[in-house]
Amino acid sequence: MTSAPHLRQRDDIVLSVQNLVVEFPAGRGRRVYAVSGVDFDLATGETLGIVGESGCGKSTTGRAIMQMPKPTSGRVEFEGRDLVGLSAADLRSARTRIQMIFQDPISSLNPRRKVWDSVADPLRIWKRGSEADIAALVDRVLESVGIDPTRARESRPHEFSGGQCQRISIARALVLDPSVLICDEPVSALDVSVQAQVLNLLEDLKAEFGLTMVFIAHDLAVVKNVSDRVAVMYLGRICEIADSDDLYARPAHPYTRVLLDSIPVPDPTVTPQPVDLAGELPSPMSPPSGCRFNTRCPSADDVCRQEVPEMQPIGDGHYVACHHPLVTPVTIGGVV
Amino acid sequence: MTPLQTEHRSDVDPLLQLDDVRTHFKTERGRVRAVDGVSLTLRRGRALGIVGESGSGKTVLSRTIMGLLPSTAEVTGSIRYSGTELIGRGRGGMRGFWGREMSMVFQNPMVSLNPVMKVGEQIAEPLRLHLGMSRSDAKATATRLLTDVRIPEPERRIDQYPHELSGGMRQRVMIAIALACGPSLLFADEPTTALDVTVQAQILELIAEQRRDRNMSVVLVTHDLGVVAGHTDDIAVMYGGKLVETAPTTLLFSEMRMPYTMSLLRSIPRLDDPSHTRLPVIAGRPPDLVAPPSGCRFAPRCAYARERCHQEEPPLVPTSHPDHLYACWYPVGSDEFNEREADLVRSGAVPVAIARGEQK
Repeated sequence: MTSAPHLRQRDDIVLSVQNLVVEFPAGRGRRVYAVSGVDFDLATGETLGIVGESGCGKSTTGRAIMQMPKPTSGRVEFEGRDLVGLSAADLRSARTRIQMIFQDPISSLNPRRKVWDSVADPLRIWKRGSEADIAALVDRVLESVGIDPTRARESRPHEFSGGQCQRISIARALVLDPSVLICDEPVSALDVSVQAQVLNLLEDLKAEFGLTMVFIAHDLAVVKNVSDRVAVMYLGRICEIADSDDLYARPAHPYTRVLLDSIPVPDPTVTPQPVDLAGELPSPMSPPSGCRFNTRCPSADDVCRQEVPEMQPIGDGHYVACHHPLVTPVTIGGVV
Repeated sequence: MTPLQTEHRSDVDPLLQLDDVRTHFKTERGRVRAVDGVSLTLRRGRALGIVGESGSGKTVLSRTIMGLLPSTAEVTGSIRYSGTELIGRGRGGMRGFWGREMSMVFQNPMVSLNPVMKVGEQIAEPLRLHLGMSRSDAKATATRLLTDVRIPEPERRIDQYPHELSGGMRQRVMIAIALACGPSLLFADEPTTALDVTVQAQILELIAEQRRDRNMSVVLVTHDLGVVAGHTDDIAVMYGGKLVETAPTTLLFSEMRMPYTMSLLRSIPRLDDPSHTRLPVIAGRPPDLVAPPSGCRFAPRCAYARERCHQEEPPLVPTSHPDHLYACWYPVGSDEFNEREADLVRSGAVPVAIARGEQK
């Protein structure tokens, strides 16, 4: 596929998303172009970070992988099958292998159930062993996320803090032993101290359960901490994708630069720079032509307003969709 | 009396002076000591950051000063605003201060704005109520305020409803409302927590700019030391309802003494660290303020705590710099601290790079 040179030819690709498009009807014949042709892949054991502002389509992308709702077009290949075409029954069983955790940990748990039961439910629904087997597994998973199983048997979500509820949500996602975990802003609602606990926990669990992760967030510093590779999204498209250390060392897309500059530095000797970002995010109902970032980009010109930039390599595994990248494109080992 | 207070007594013009403020709530479980003996001073035109985790009392403290507490609250101590005592005035007595003297920007602009009222009317309301402006004057001022907070096309936006604006624009409207009557003191309670990083940077810059233009004092309440670093003159760190460290911002970062402050700073992921850097965490949770632990309230979670910390409560004492106070028996840099830090680095709980980066 020429339009997506950043998709890799490897044997250990677990999840491959190709030309994913998600549109929603908005009434009166209008459409919301939430995701407009997104490609990425995940190798076993890898963590892919997806960053961008509200409205960039990052959460929609995460949900479209889970087929909730189904994408408008495109492929989501998971363990060799395209999830988009699956029957409802096949999709249900595939979803035991891809699980998701959400931003608001308290509202993603049933307030009227004991949290232990919420964690045990997936196992009961899928009849994974006897009640005794289930109990043993639930206790073990709760312990690995740092929740006391005895307390979980007696308590409902409101009796736990936000950080603890996120741990419980993670346990619920892990009991079915998924291969891919999609984390949609899992730490955005938490204090920095609790955020650090959950980030470390996710790293530990990734090793313990052999997980491959998609980590969606708006904070680049958080994403860098957990990810091997990072995709930057803007208004429904990926504008840059690279190994995380490389992305931070040599951001090539002007939008990536803006995101990096916006992060507050916990050092008073660093004077905050005014953010070089004009105007507001355009409406996804009428996205700009050409490069979607052109209305806010300091280096936009006529080409940017007319032609959609193609993904081009600018380093090893580093791709950018920009007519005027901040890093000079280099051809490594011939054209991909 | 701590030395800070005697020091600040001599201040020429403190806008706000808190003396042993306690805010307790009566609940079924007992008395919640949300704010438990806080003394601090805010000078005119300065920006103070109040930093702490959820449950540290930082939001209750700012609401205590504003007089925005439920009836279950019991407040003692003294809060003097430009020399006038605020405690005991009640809501009616505080009304004269709201808007004109002090106002507040809340965390969630979607919840704090009235969804069925045009934003222009919401900005004009305090102008008419507190300043007695006519309808047309208020509308003209509202348009000017929207321009001040950098909302494009203010004449059009003024007739829109909150749902027609983005999250960042709604927060700008909240700021316009808070600034409407020209307050001397602006509270911003986690003003950017619900916003994207790019918008956060813009909103913080806007607050800083308005503070300079209006010679206003700002109290920025947040859990994120990164947010206060570039936008405040002074920082007060709270834990378990008490102040545990307070200093001018640059001094706090260069010579932090309280292990809690340091742990908060270390738990922020940094861009210049390689990916998969393990974050040093603060284990456990903030204390239950119905029955706070004896001794230092942070001791049960402190990696550097010793026997004494669990027994005796450390007082707030100054460093060699009189404006820098901390409450800790074994502060950062002490022999006992260094000994424990060496153990933590050896065990891998604190990455070497991070330990080296902060040890002065």
